[in-house]
Amino acid sequence: MKLIILENYSQASEWAAKYIRNRIVQFGPGPGRFFTLGLPTGLPRDHPESYHSFMWNNFFKHIDISPENVHILDGNAPDLQAECNAFEEKIKAAGGIELFVGGIGPDGHIAFNEPGSSLVSRTRVKTLAMDTILANARFFDGDLSKVPTMALTVGVGTVMDAREVMILITGAHKAFALYKAIEDGVNHMWTVSAFQQHPNTVFVCDEDATLELKVKTVKYFKGLMLVHNKLVEPLYSMKEMGAERGQSKKPYSD
Amino acid sequence: MPSNKSVSDAPIVQFTNCRILRDHQLQREDLWVREGKILNPEKLFFDEKGSADVQLNCKDSIIAPGFIDVQINGGFGVDFSLATDDFKSGIDLVSRKILSHGVTSFCPTLVTSPPSVYHQVLPQISVRNGGAHGAGILGAHLEGPFISKEKKGAHPEHCLRTFEAGAFQDLLATYGSLNCVQIVTLAPEMRRSNEVIRELTKRGICVSLGHSVANLSQAEEAVQHGATFITHLFNAMLPFHHRDPGIVGLLTSDKIPAGRRVFYGMISDGIHTNPAALRIAHRAHPKGLVLVTDAIAGMGLAPGRHTLGQQVVEIDGLNTYIAGTKTLSGSVATMDTCVRHFQEATGCSVETALEAASLHPAQLLGIEHKKGTLNYDSDADFLMLNDSLYVQATYIAGEEVWRQDVSGM
Repeated sequence: MKLIILENYSQASEWAAKYIRNRIVQFGPGPGRFFTLGLPTGLPRDHPESYHSFMWNNFFKHIDISPENVHILDGNAPDLQAECNAFEEKIKAAGGIELFVGGIGPDGHIAFNEPGSSLVSRTRVKTLAMDTILANARFFDGDLSKVPTMALTVGVGTVMDAREVMILITGAHKAFALYKAIEDGVNHMWTVSAFQQHPNTVFVCDEDATLELKVKTVKYFKGLMLVHNKLVEPLYSMKEMGAERGQSKKPYSD
Repeated sequence: MPSNKSVSDAPIVQFTNCRILRDHQLQREDLWVREGKILNPEKLFFDEKGSADVQLNCKDSIIAPGFIDVQINGGFGVDFSLATDDFKSGIDLVSRKILSHGVTSFCPTLVTSPPSVYHQVLPQISVRNGGAHGAGILGAHLEGPFISKEKKGAHPEHCLRTFEAGAFQDLLATYGSLNCVQIVTLAPEMRRSNEVIRELTKRGICVSLGHSVANLSQAEEAVQHGATFITHLFNAMLPFHHRDPGIVGLLTSDKIPAGRRVFYGMISDGIHTNPAALRIAHRAHPKGLVLVTDAIAGMGLAPGRHTLGQQVVEIDGLNTYIAGTKTLSGSVATMDTCVRHFQEATGCSVETALEAASLHPAQLLGIEHKKGTLNYDSDADFLMLNDSLYVQATYIAGEEVWRQDVSGM
């Protein structure tokens, strides 16, 4: 695991963005060669705060992505389980997820894999924990009865299949979850801990999120920042990459 | 990028690198247009899996809804109150020329005239969409002849009339037809005006109060019967008095029926109203302010003598007076000049200035679902402006109908 500790939310966001940019450039996508980015699922369609609106406003409208290359789980599908299975097939067809980017909940869940979710689960319909429902109430004018109680989500196993996983954790309210995720054992009550068994994980967090960690842990990883920051240095543009494709640019691996 | 649209094959244009006026704010967003209307790009992306056919870089311009002028008496030598043989080509000329001022829709205005003029001219005015040929015509604005003698301003006294005999029938007989009439200005203190106001409002015609010596309660009564507009506030009405604010008092009246708003026209050319008065009105009732030009035939031409219906006016710089007097008669300001002057004089935000010339007139006429905004599914009538609010390009139904010469005019 690489634990990247930045001072605050904006710096953490910027570091993560540069890292993703570098990974995409290194990968050298092109026609027929897709960089598959995985993101966790969210609220049902047709809600102004729906995941579709969120993704459109915060991501898709700023980049030139072809709509055919966007796959979002459809909560309105007639057969939800078939929708989930089809989603798993689409991931396989795209060559697997290259990089999965997600956050964690205060209860340590990744995507909607609530405490108690199987660590080898696949994309499925999941009932939501009360904590999650309360957290989502703000999107429904505080009316708890309006908040959906089920969601479609990628499974822990699905994310573990990704070639690389990046988890973003900011804020003091996530600090305990981060502690459980990286300093305690692998436990299905804190599903993010599953990534201790993934070969390529990056945790990006801000100072506040480290409040429950051992001072020793924090000092160790802060000391590595000099090396880790090399990962976000500007790379050559894709055009210039040309002959150097295939060569590893990583100065070190963990 | 290949487009794959399931709803329509019409080309989709994406205006990028711009700031658009939406939800009362300038937002850094792209503007999408298809088939003459503003398109919702999110629906296009997810529902149709479509994308833009053409992307235009707006070089950081401001994109605002096209201006709507609800009081314009003519321009470029054309006088809408003169029944000439080539009236139609006159109105076409004006509608084309005002595109460069950012006006995409307007109400050709007729000042007080004898019935023969109305009978000849009104049938030649038709509501029509704008385009490369010129700004759209929303309908005529009839300012007079049912106005007060004491506040006639530049209107000819011998043509003033009352409707105390036959109320609405008198009005109809005078005008001949109300087919393409959008606004009527009258003085509410005249006998039987309330009946007339009700009849006009029933027909969807906006009633405006102006050229009047009405006191506040007469004005309030008129509003209760359906009047929604005030013609060039402060001009041709009793001045504000602290014990009887007159028509000006409507701006803060508490007798306006619930759910309704009184709008008021302002000619912000720096002459008709002192900037301090403009500020007082704006601060008292910012959401009701509608910028109008009240432009006359001499607008766009060199200084000198021109007509305004039955009168002769003299133009000297920005001042226009009835020949030989100091009575103001219309203006030669252009709409974009008025927007800039309004913004400077009140120190208001760019968004407020732009809305006073687009959103508010659309709300006045009850057409804001298709004009006056850049909301999805609205008509794609918009302008590209620079930061100093000079119009760089005018678009109607998504097509460019005017562009500023690069050589700089």
